[in-house]
Amino acid sequence: MKTDIISVENVSKMYRLGEISTGTISHDLQRWWNKLRGRQDPFESLAELNDRTTKSQSGYVWSLKDINFSVAEGEVFGIVGKNGAGKSTLLKILSKITKPTKGCIKLDGRVASLLEVGTGFHPDLSGRENVFLNGAILGMRRHEIKSRFDEIIEFSGIERYIDTPVKRYSSGMYVRLAFAVAAHLQPEILVIDEVLAVGDAEFQKKCLGKMQDVSRRQGRTVLFVSHNIVAVKNLCNRVMLLEHGRTRLIGPVDNVLEEYQASEKDQEEGIRSQLPQDTAACFLGWNLEGQSASDAHSCYTREDFTIVFHLRCKAALHSCELNLRISLEDSSTILFANSRDYSGQSFTLHPGEYQLRFHLHLPVSKGAYNIEVGLFCKEWIDIWRSSTRLTVLDTFEGSAREREGILNIRTGFSLHTLSRPIEIDLL
Amino acid sequence: MSQHELKRTWREIITPQNNIFSLNLKEIWNYRDLLFILVRRDILAIYKQTILGPIWFFLQPVLTTITFVVVFARVGKLPTSDLPPLLFYLSGLVLWSYFSECILRTSTFFKDNNPILSKVYFPRLIVPLSLVMTNLVKLSIQLLVFLLVYICFLVKSPDVRPNAYALLFPLLILLIAGLGLGTGMMISSLTTRYKDLSHLTTFGVQLAMFASPVIFPLSGFGNGSYRLLIMANPMTGIIETFRYGLLGHGYFSWGLLGYDAACMVVFLLLGILTFNSVEKNFIDSI
Repeated sequence: MKTDIISVENVSKMYRLGEISTGTISHDLQRWWNKLRGRQDPFESLAELNDRTTKSQSGYVWSLKDINFSVAEGEVFGIVGKNGAGKSTLLKILSKITKPTKGCIKLDGRVASLLEVGTGFHPDLSGRENVFLNGAILGMRRHEIKSRFDEIIEFSGIERYIDTPVKRYSSGMYVRLAFAVAAHLQPEILVIDEVLAVGDAEFQKKCLGKMQDVSRRQGRTVLFVSHNIVAVKNLCNRVMLLEHGRTRLIGPVDNVLEEYQASEKDQEEGIRSQLPQDTAACFLGWNLEGQSASDAHSCYTREDFTIVFHLRCKAALHSCELNLRISLEDSSTILFANSRDYSGQSFTLHPGEYQLRFHLHLPVSKGAYNIEVGLFCKEWIDIWRSSTRLTVLDTFEGSAREREGILNIRTGFSLHTLSRPIEIDLL
Repeated sequence: MSQHELKRTWREIITPQNNIFSLNLKEIWNYRDLLFILVRRDILAIYKQTILGPIWFFLQPVLTTITFVVVFARVGKLPTSDLPPLLFYLSGLVLWSYFSECILRTSTFFKDNNPILSKVYFPRLIVPLSLVMTNLVKLSIQLLVFLLVYICFLVKSPDVRPNAYALLFPLLILLIAGLGLGTGMMISSLTTRYKDLSHLTTFGVQLAMFASPVIFPLSGFGNGSYRLLIMANPMTGIIETFRYGLLGHGYFSWGLLGYDAACMVVFLLLGILTFNSVEKNFIDSI
């Protein structure tokens, strides 16, 4: 058995909710007084488990509670969980950005954390200068960066723009450069949070490949937090599922992901199970209309139908736009539609409930497709990715055999003869 | 297995508390490249955003000095201890602006660098150190202006004569840097929890200038209780020594300079103490 390189023991982290400023001094004094007398922090016993949906009584919550796990050398350890389950807090503690309230973590190696790509990039400096800046922030020495500079630039694939200020970069280029720097760090332990959320499909693949390389070939340990199930499945050996700041399950990747996906599912088809509390508007659910399939979330390929989104609006919103994304299981988008696409105007919402409709048809092969919808009004008001997927059925008229390809369009065929056929004497 | 675990030596252990007296100089040394790159970044960034670039560094003290000469020397007829007003105010202002910049920049550094500090770990002390060093570059540009004016008066005016105490100059800069860093760190640490302090800082530093010999020489106070109040300001001895050494007029005593040095040590220690005590968790409250 390989030796452990990370050992997390009873780690808990308490946070204070709401306004930090009010009553800070009095709480600080009480805490200090108790510490002086060797007693426990009086607010620790008040703190509650972290559940976003219920209202807190005491104003203190345990963002993490009694987390225990260990990671062996060379292992890729995944951490999954819903928003607010404590994933990011755990990574922050592991990467020494904040301290735990209780418990301890033992590490046997240099940790490099990548909680965000491009940390410390300065918009006015060129790509070259930013590589050195970012590398130094991540703990590299200048000569280390220098010796790997060409490799970094080659990996990023933006050689041409290396002397341009990064504020002129597209977001994709920015991420490419930033990830390239991070990928060339040489720590024993690499902590990564959701960095693959950006960049195009090709670059995401490259990043995943690089991370695989880091763990398998170079034998380094990776801690990986992601919502991307496919990436977790491909990369990780073991996975931990967090729920409300506690460990729900630790185990082999398939078992845990199954449990996670089961817990993520909305209770009722097409209805959102956890509504965001603090947004001006939020999506409630979706269904189809005008389709010939009996199920409210299925349609036949190529037929015209309407997809209806139910929205609750709590404040007046002017010049809104609605975006719809339909994607495959591996998150590659097959359709991106905007409410203004065809002479549609931006719309105004007042407090109340609405139905927002897209009229479309999907000439795609049969299967389940992800539905993601976003309301935009100067900024993103609400983005919802439904766990209920849109099922596309194959038409009765077509052949029943399995087809390859994303598109399912009826293609005509004819044969034209351009010269007179040569008559062959059969005798 | 468990016995093996017990004997295991870990390279690093993260616990809820850290030692508030430790400075971890070794770690800072390992990150020294970051220190220099941050200084470079800050200077380049200032240079790249503006048309006039570094000219702003010397326009600021020059314009303030001219204002002071007009308001305090010409209109107010305040004494300048027999020195040409231009040189008198410029010398005080250059030193004071380094001090105040050090305090003001370090006092908001937790807030200014929140995006970096909340995403990656490096010894936090690197940031205030880099700010003090960046300001040192600004100071040297301003000192260049001072040097130009100084040489003019050295040729023209018989009143202006340097002496051996001018050699104390590097020590004076070190004292200012230490004082600025210590005070700034204390304020920045406290503002992470008590935001009200940030309003007080700018205004407090401005007021403190009036309790220093930047505008009014120490010799002008006679022997009253005001004199003691002014002398309590640790910048007083530094500015007076600077003027005494380079210009030949001012107040110098080893006692006063020793008091300033003691202040610096105490401020630095307090700064490190408060800094270390908030460092571990500041990100949660900012």
